[in-house]
Amino acid sequence: MAALAQTPPRTLPSWLFRHETLVAAILVVALAGLGALNERFLTVDNLLNQGRLMTEVGLIALPMTFVIVTGGIDLSVGAIVGLCAIMLGVSWKTLGLPLPLAILVALGVGALAGFVNGWVITRVKVPPLIMTIATLALYRGLAEGVSQAHSVRNYPEWFYFAGQGELFGVPAQLWILLGAIVVAGVALDRTVFGRTLYAIGANETAARFSGLPVDRTKLIVYTLSGLMAGVSGWILVSRVTTTRSDMGIGYELDVIAAVVLGGTSIFGGVGTIWGTVVGLVMIQLLKNGLALTGVKGDATIVVIGLVLIASTLIASSLQRRRDAGG
Amino acid sequence: MSAAALAPARRPFGLPRALASQEALLAIAIVGLAIVVGADNARFLAVRNLSDILLGNAYVAVAAIGMSMVIVSGNIDISVGALIGVLATLSGTLAVSGAPVFLAWLAPLVVGVAVMALQGAVVAYLRIPAIVVTLGMLSILKGGLISATGGKWITDLPESFHLADIELFGILPMPVVIMVLATLAAAYWMRNSAAGRAIYAAGGNAEAARLCGVSPQRTVVMVFALHGLFAGVASLLFATQLKVIQSTVPPNLELTVITAAVVGGVSILGGVGTVVGSTLAAVLIAEIASALVFVDVSPYWIRAVQGALILATVVADILRRRRRLAGG
Repeated sequence: MAALAQTPPRTLPSWLFRHETLVAAILVVALAGLGALNERFLTVDNLLNQGRLMTEVGLIALPMTFVIVTGGIDLSVGAIVGLCAIMLGVSWKTLGLPLPLAILVALGVGALAGFVNGWVITRVKVPPLIMTIATLALYRGLAEGVSQAHSVRNYPEWFYFAGQGELFGVPAQLWILLGAIVVAGVALDRTVFGRTLYAIGANETAARFSGLPVDRTKLIVYTLSGLMAGVSGWILVSRVTTTRSDMGIGYELDVIAAVVLGGTSIFGGVGTIWGTVVGLVMIQLLKNGLALTGVKGDATIVVIGLVLIASTLIASSLQRRRDAGG
Repeated sequence: MSAAALAPARRPFGLPRALASQEALLAIAIVGLAIVVGADNARFLAVRNLSDILLGNAYVAVAAIGMSMVIVSGNIDISVGALIGVLATLSGTLAVSGAPVFLAWLAPLVVGVAVMALQGAVVAYLRIPAIVVTLGMLSILKGGLISATGGKWITDLPESFHLADIELFGILPMPVVIMVLATLAAAYWMRNSAAGRAIYAAGGNAEAARLCGVSPQRTVVMVFALHGLFAGVASLLFATQLKVIQSTVPPNLELTVITAAVVGGVSILGGVGTVVGSTLAAVLIAEIASALVFVDVSPYWIRAVQGALILATVVADILRRRRRLAGG
């Protein structure tokens, strides 16, 4: 009893020690520092433009959060971006489909690619890391094979709206990203579907014995990941006005970095959409802020790598202290 | 159940079982593919082409040895491609700046071990998942390399630097000798030494390993350090095979290396696999790429065919393992 009485009462609320809060705090400090170093950084124009550049990775990071919360991973997203971009271009230019239909074809291909991942992962029980490494090669290979290294250009003017246009002064694709963030956030935090994801990630066997539709939920999550990679591919093509088979190379690492930086545990069961958003913003603004202060593009990647490891390190030691103290 | 009834289950016919192993399947696939493609186009079987396949890809096989160990221990490393790029550049820069050749050969091995041991220590003692640590290291190495060198080509390498050009006894090309020796040594070590068995123990069940007196932490650091050594050797083979070194990160190399390890029968769940399989897989993957050229498939389809084959191998492997489990 005496020992219990000696433990100091915890006065600080627990959310202060959450990974997301920590990263958000680092973000604010970094923003202030970078803003002080360069007056072009904290301007509305620059920030909106960064939002535009963030959208393609961001749209994939949302379903990736779902995937990682279930304890899985999807490394094939970058390849799906490339495949969808090619399918969009080829079905419009080569097959002569109307462009809106070609966009739907691209999204359909993305969803199908994700469905194939999910189907083999749930039915054949291939570990997600292996399955999506294999389909990374397969989907990128299909993109290269279908395109035969030809790019597609000269889309009609209206097509560029999604990637370059503005709505109420805000880049068009940022509206899509904001909408997707709200939907994903509510879905993960407030719906049976979202809570099922946590249950699967925390203990899949227990989730199964509790009667949760584990396989169906995973299938949906991977399909969603493919579909959003398709949306991202469409917006990317619209922004850069051309279609090439190497589009989206390396996206998987950017996406996973954003999700993990945002506090989602790679082991599953832990993570939030708002954490992912903070991670995403952090990476984009660090890149931009450092570039504006004269750091070369490649050196900013070094900083992101360091931030990724350091933030995970701090978060896990905080977690351990909390576990030991509580 | 009497002991006699159990006995046949424990010792099935030796030969079919040996043939059903992943290594045997890969060897059969390598020979079978050579025969099929050779029948269509005899030039595929020319000694020149076959040795080019081996020479050009020995570094993947060597890197896959270390990767197999890392995966068997229950971890993963996605920084290896970037590390090989850094080490190759380091070695080439030393050679050009007039350092003795042995130093240019030794430096990548030392730095490789140091970088990987550091990552292993972070994974083991600070308990950060390997995928996060190595993802971060990938960024650091890649960004650091390009911002330090600007992706310049390293040329005018001294003649004696080219390890890959050496032919042992006048016929055996060095990269192939190194690949075979490294594979056999690593396979023997993993199978027969206490430290080698500890890798399987740590990957199979870390808690059980700890209770048996194996330190999973120390094992993980050792595995990463060894992986760094093999990455160093791989970077030498990679750096010395051409007359120039481009000081950038070879694109997608980490995926090729992981693919070789996994197709070679190393279970990504840890605890299972051999390095003989991963080397055979590296050879098969390279052979497939070359074979497609010889049967007049557009080079742009190579990656799709490779991807489909990887997928087929992985699915077949999982189904086979499951059947073995179900069959007892």
